[in-house]
Amino acid sequence: MSASTETRVPEAAKRTTAGWSQSLHDWVTTVDHKRLGILYIAAGFFFLVIGGVEAILMRAQLAVPANTLLEPQEFNRLFTMHGTTMVFLVGMPIITGFGNYLIPLMIGARDMAFPRLNAWGFWMFLLGGIVLYMSYFASMGLYGAGTAPDVGWFAYAPLAGKAFSRGNATDYWILGILISGFGSVSGAINMVTTTLTMRCPGMKMNRLPLFVWMMLVVSFLILLALPVLTGAQVMLLFDRFMGAHFFDTQAGGDAVLWQHFFWFFGHPEVYILMIPGFAYASEIIPVFSRKVIFGYSFMVAATIAIGLVAVGVWAHHMFTVGLGKGLSVWFAVMTMIVGIPTGIKLFNWIATLYGGKILLRTPMLFCIGFIGQFLVAGLSGILLSGAPLNWQLSDSYFVVAHFHYVLIGGLVFTIFGACYYWFPKMTGRMLSERLGRWHFWLFFVGFHLTFTTMHVQGVLGMPRRIYTYPAERGWEVWNAISSSGAILQALGVAVFLFALVQAFRRPQWAGPDPWNAWTLEWSTSSPPPAYNFLTIPEVRSRRPLWDLKHPDDPDWEHE
Amino acid sequence: MTQPLALPMEPATWNRGRVGMACLIFGESTFFSVFVVAYLFYIGKSASGPQPSDVLEFPVFATVCLLSSSATAGLAVKALTQSNTVRAGLALALTVGLGAGFLGATANEWFGLIYGHGLTIGTNLFGTTFYSLVGFHAAHVGLGLLMLTLVLGGVLGGKVGAGDSERVEMVTWYWHFVDAVWIVVLTTVYVVGV
Ligand code: HEM
Ligand SMILES: [Cu+2]
Repeated sequence: MSASTETRVPEAAKRTTAGWSQSLHDWVTTVDHKRLGILYIAAGFFFLVIGGVEAILMRAQLAVPANTLLEPQEFNRLFTMHGTTMVFLVGMPIITGFGNYLIPLMIGARDMAFPRLNAWGFWMFLLGGIVLYMSYFASMGLYGAGTAPDVGWFAYAPLAGKAFSRGNATDYWILGILISGFGSVSGAINMVTTTLTMRCPGMKMNRLPLFVWMMLVVSFLILLALPVLTGAQVMLLFDRFMGAHFFDTQAGGDAVLWQHFFWFFGHPEVYILMIPGFAYASEIIPVFSRKVIFGYSFMVAATIAIGLVAVGVWAHHMFTVGLGKGLSVWFAVMTMIVGIPTGIKLFNWIATLYGGKILLRTPMLFCIGFIGQFLVAGLSGILLSGAPLNWQLSDSYFVVAHFHYVLIGGLVFTIFGACYYWFPKMTGRMLSERLGRWHFWLFFVGFHLTFTTMHVQGVLGMPRRIYTYPAERGWEVWNAISSSGAILQALGVAVFLFALVQAFRRPQWAGPDPWNAWTLEWSTSSPPPAYNFLTIPEVRSRRPLWDLKHPDDPDWEHE
Repeated sequence: MTQPLALPMEPATWNRGRVGMACLIFGESTFFSVFVVAYLFYIGKSASGPQPSDVLEFPVFATVCLLSSSATAGLAVKALTQSNTVRAGLALALTVGLGAGFLGATANEWFGLIYGHGLTIGTNLFGTTFYSLVGFHAAHVGLGLLMLTLVLGGVLGGKVGAGDSERVEMVTWYWHFVDAVWIVVLTTVYVVGV
């Protein structure tokens, strides 16, 4: 299949003669789903670099005991900005970006349902990000207290209330996330509407690529969860500016209510971030195994089941509050149940690999890393869902290990896989396979050095969010290894950025279909024309391009 | 190259407009749910007075206004579909009037609560949850009213006609939703809460 890469410069990639200011104008005013998708992804990677620098600073501080590199307060700001950035300004835009770019192409449509709303969503997201980072410059406010927010990514009230978080730093956190939330919600409305109303002839729901199915479920979760956070943030604003008492314990307000609201959003949010990772893997693994995905309908059902159960498990983040026996049991059992559909998915990916003609190209490497890491993450999650063990491990580095296994080992790995897989479609150029391997191995080894060790620190009792620790606790070695891994990961990302530059300096052109794949986006040129398809395609099976390439043995005879 | 593609409004049952509006309404409902939950959760937990039962009166006039405005909005769409712009304009004007009546009644209620009973958002938990929930609902009524007024202006100016009835219907969906939220608010605040 490597034979299908091209030497010819594709037509669409040639049109770069427009002047600098003209093309800037075109990008800023665009309503094209493909350009908006690329803008989303690029902005996400921009913030990834910022969030990564914050992480490196924290790991530098923790590399040795009793370090004095960072002030305690500075450390608090860093983990707050790091967590907030990674969830809202890296994860959310990148998943929305891929959704935006791919959904219309995969369902044979010419754009999203509401192109202008789509553009509005992107700029709202970017404005939210800018507002959050303005805090560094502007939040001294009336009280002269604070620069960046230091309340943690979940900003527990009443600690985030006026009495304990003076100055305006927290307000920047609230407003930045609230504004970017408008972007997410409008994006979700667009994705649902596009998927439900703009499919090409023959694209029945049970023929949708799994990517589209999963983004549909994600969009519903966004509509369900994001407004809850918005509402809670508005309450916090009312408390801080108008003297309301939602989270004010002096006036009878509840100290735990914010936690319930936040995690009612927060748990679905982690699935909003993870299901797109499943979506990329479900497209990439079959293509590089040269087999159809195993158990298509089980995948769809499992995704819907995860979406449903994800709504009823939020208080597993709150066991240590003291929920009482009934609630603890409920949330523990519900959480363990999530493991069932999740396990189904893992088995389906493995069954797809089984007996396949496996091609270990870069996208596939990242996906295989994902399968193993996500398995471990799921298992540590199940451990954490047992309330009694959770009382021991909560708020320790074990939790940090768990969620970085999911978010990096699961999501970031699949995002990188997706970048290598769809970059040729977006730009008409291949990413270097050799650099891709360097990227993968550096990142893979770095990831395990940093986060596998954190399980141990956690079990040894190291709490999360401490800015330093004394020497004689037995944590030094593990922390040193953790910090060294961070360097490798940074190098891996640097290789990736370099590969992007290389793709433009020494282009290796990709044809319309460099991976010999089966979904509709590969039927049009790379990059696709503004209108996507000259004639709207018509499909008869889940793998329309297979049918095209194998008229003697089309899929629709077997489905 | 970056022009939006001009797609005609499809007449099918679940076209873009309908699905989009349904999604918006779904998202808005979860937003309101948070405030309803907070209200229910804090009933009877205020550290000081006044309590709901001391100061709230069942808002008969406002409720009648809002509920009947849903019916007139429906009539407006029906008239517009039949190209009867005069009747559509009348029904829309009536809807806007009833909506304004609702907002007026709310303003009157708030005036009494603030100046008569000294209840503000900072007084106690009741004030906090009451003004947030009822206030957000009123703000949505305001938004719906703005959209309806624009439609009314379009009908009077001859810019909105039978061809737009589908779009106008989406505005009324939003209006019906605001109406439905009021029933929930009414039950929460004036029935369960007192
Ligand atoms: C089988 C699936 C999973 C189970 C059973 C599970 C279980 C848990 C539990 C019980 C906690 C609470 C730990 C504590 O704070 O004491 C937790 C934390 C967390 N999980 Fe998971 N989880 C699962 C999957 C995921 C996924 C897919 C993601 C994200 C993509 C994720 C992200 C997180 C995050 C971010 C936290 C920590 C939040 C914080 O305290 O800042 N988890 N998980
Ligand atoms: Cu959770």
